Amino acid sequence: MSATLVAAVLLLAIAAYATFAGADFGAGFWDLTAGGAERGAAPRDLVEHSIGPVWEANHVWLIFVLVVTWAGFPEAYQSIWLTMFVPLTIAAIGIVLRGASFAFRKAVVTTRARRVFGGGFALSSVLVPFCFGAVAGGIASGQVPSGGRAGDPVQSWLNLTSVSVGILSVALAAYLAAVYLVRDARHAGDGRMTHYFRRRAVVAAVVAGVAAAVGLVDLRSEAPDVFEGLTTRALPLVVVCAACGVGALVLLVRDAPRGARLLAALAVVTLIVAWGVAQWPYLLPGQLTVADAAAPDGTLTALVVAVVAGVLLVGPAFVLLYVLAQRGLLPEEGVETADADAVDSPRR
Amino acid sequence: MDTSQTFDVLTALAAVDPVPWARSQMAFTLMFHIILVPLGVSWAAMALIANYRAIRHDDRDALELAQRWSKYMAVTFAVGAVTGTVLSFEFGLLWPRFMGQWGEAFGVPFAFEGLFFFLEAIFIAVYIFGWKRLRPWPHLWTGVPVVLAGVLGSVSVVAANAWMNAPTGYTLDSQGNVVDVDPVRVIFNESMPWQAAHMIVAAYLVGGFLVASVYATAMLRGRRDRYHRLGFTIAFTVAAIAAPVQMGVGDGLARWVYENQPVKFAAIELVPTTGSDVPETLLGHLDEDGQVEGGIPIPGLASWLSDPSTGRSTVVQGLDSVPPDERPSIRETNIVHLAWDVMVGIGTLLFLLAVWYGLTWLVKRRAPQGRLFLGIAACSGVLAVVAMEAGWIVTEVGRQPWIVYEVMRVEDAATGNESVWLTFVAIVLLYVALGTTTVLVLRAMSRRFRRASGFVDDDTPYGPTPGSARVPEPAGVAGPGDGRAEDGRHGDERRQDPEPVT
Repeated sequence: MSATLVAAVLLLAIAAYATFAGADFGAGFWDLTAGGAERGAAPRDLVEHSIGPVWEANHVWLIFVLVVTWAGFPEAYQSIWLTMFVPLTIAAIGIVLRGASFAFRKAVVTTRARRVFGGGFALSSVLVPFCFGAVAGGIASGQVPSGGRAGDPVQSWLNLTSVSVGILSVALAAYLAAVYLVRDARHAGDGRMTHYFRRRAVVAAVVAGVAAAVGLVDLRSEAPDVFEGLTTRALPLVVVCAACGVGALVLLVRDAPRGARLLAALAVVTLIVAWGVAQWPYLLPGQLTVADAAAPDGTLTALVVAVVAGVLLVGPAFVLLYVLAQRGLLPEEGVETADADAVDSPRR
Repeated sequence: MDTSQTFDVLTALAAVDPVPWARSQMAFTLMFHIILVPLGVSWAAMALIANYRAIRHDDRDALELAQRWSKYMAVTFAVGAVTGTVLSFEFGLLWPRFMGQWGEAFGVPFAFEGLFFFLEAIFIAVYIFGWKRLRPWPHLWTGVPVVLAGVLGSVSVVAANAWMNAPTGYTLDSQGNVVDVDPVRVIFNESMPWQAAHMIVAAYLVGGFLVASVYATAMLRGRRDRYHRLGFTIAFTVAAIAAPVQMGVGDGLARWVYENQPVKFAAIELVPTTGSDVPETLLGHLDEDGQVEGGIPIPGLASWLSDPSTGRSTVVQGLDSVPPDERPSIRETNIVHLAWDVMVGIGTLLFLLAVWYGLTWLVKRRAPQGRLFLGIAACSGVLAVVAMEAGWIVTEVGRQPWIVYEVMRVEDAATGNESVWLTFVAIVLLYVALGTTTVLVLRAMSRRFRRASGFVDDDTPYGPTPGSARVPEPAGVAGPGDGRAEDGRHGDERRQDPEPVT
């Protein structure tokens, strides 16, 4: 029972990381594709303005995911890390490179130096979600063995499923970011950028759709169980996911002022939850079930206690932060500049 | 070099033993991360002290300090989030067998660390948002969770480390798998209270001296206005209170090690053979035969300190009490002993500095202002960091060859992946960049703060220089030298309170 609960928490934490940090990574993708120094200046400014306030604080979710995995499912953790050594190393390095070069770009003045650090920032923003997606794809297609053993170090993450899930992650990140950036641009009253990112959101959504389809087809032969799960018990979630994705697009195309952001985030969350439901009861499909992988009851209870305490404490804190973010300044203190003093809230 | 030679080199490198590289990488990244920890833990407390003063006494300088500190804090927190992420990756990348075997026990404290980390992140954001959106007193209270979460978060991490020194709270089956875990005994293991106390006090000590040293440097450069004096006083007072406390806590932890990890203690005190009336050897090292060479022995002191009740007749277990493969190597022993001397030496120096500061307060009712004092104080931040790193080396190298004390060896825990040397090199390069970035960003912020008068509303730490920032006015007549001009506040404001900080 508590193993199920912990697995559910794990899945939701992954979904949270994907939506919050996904948007950060995606913003880096648009930075990469913004073109030359002059042409790309406007979108880059918007990106910088948008993610400056959160910088690297969204990694809190990732740390939480890792902690829950190693404490709750140590055997699976060992297998995953032994097998996925390469993509996870690239991801770790990418995270440091991203954080450092994003801030570095601010500190240097010459166009050339800015280009180098900007490139580091943007490139790692693409590499990291790709690697995480490839790892997820590898796990879903049963490439990670049980028993704390290493699977194939290359094949496990460079196969068709993994690569397509990797591309899917990059596309989803870009999609999320574009939707968020549309909102930020509209907030700033920048019609050109609103249009710019609206178009890109649509393109990213189409790419994500194609990558998802390819991955799905390949999954059918590679991991029939997961495929079957997706088309049966997880089907409602898949439908909701598609509906949200399409709904967000419709809102974007119609230039609706609100709703797109929420629907886009929901699409990502339901996709990840669908993945978890589809491979249930397996943690490592075809290899290790959640129940078999679970740590002793004492550990699981501790995890549940920590999570419940987290919901009770962090929940109200989030609400407070949200209320403050929406709230105007105290009357005596003049006009607010858009989102200016949000230094590192772990949310948007 | 032709192709075949290149190939030979590559094969040779590819076949490197991963264990030393894994250890080096873990050590390097932890030593980097641990510098950010004191700031995350104690800076918020210092900001709240300034904030309290600002409200209570309607003190503008204090308000400005609190506001600036809260923003610097957010940067160091973000960098800590990056280096913390890397550390949590490394548990899997470098020590997969350790995590697979012990994750269910070792991982428990981290669940709570995650919780506190979340809280800290959110409340830092709330606190910074709150400057402009909350009334003063409620706003002050939103800073309190940051302080608590910082302390409890690092207590949780230290609890995990302490568990590796005093593993309890689990049951093994016949195959050696963990089948039962008592989370309370895992977290509250025997080593945890002392280690946690030592780290928390260290966080206040290092954080206080680090922040104070920045202001001491500014004062030496002539910026002796009230703002800088106040910044110095708050931070240095925190450190000066922590310094004597740390003497006591450190002594308690050392005695715990004496009783529970005698081999580590033998390495610390450089004791090759078991005996009584053991001298405290300052510096010195073990030669190839494992005998003490050089150094200044203080007769009987190590015995006496280990247990004052039995004095010099206290028996101290030597390195030879266990087989060679169950104790640190001679090289490791020498590292541990040197690190110990460095930690205690610097700790004592900082303690004396704190006494100097305290006595001056008692006698003259103000902080010492002399160049000698400020000169030492300007170095105190770096010294405190060195002492903390040395202490960390003592505890980590001192427990070799064990990763879980007397249960699992480091070599049995490490990854078998032979390309770890490569990730080590990459990580070192990246961290150099990250460290430089952090310093550059903090300095850029400081310059921007000084350019703009008062509180800059519009500055994400990495954001563009706000066009709306008020143009600094020339310094008023009250200030000697250009130091005050750089401070950038209006001269008439500075004249309001020319008194020393009390």
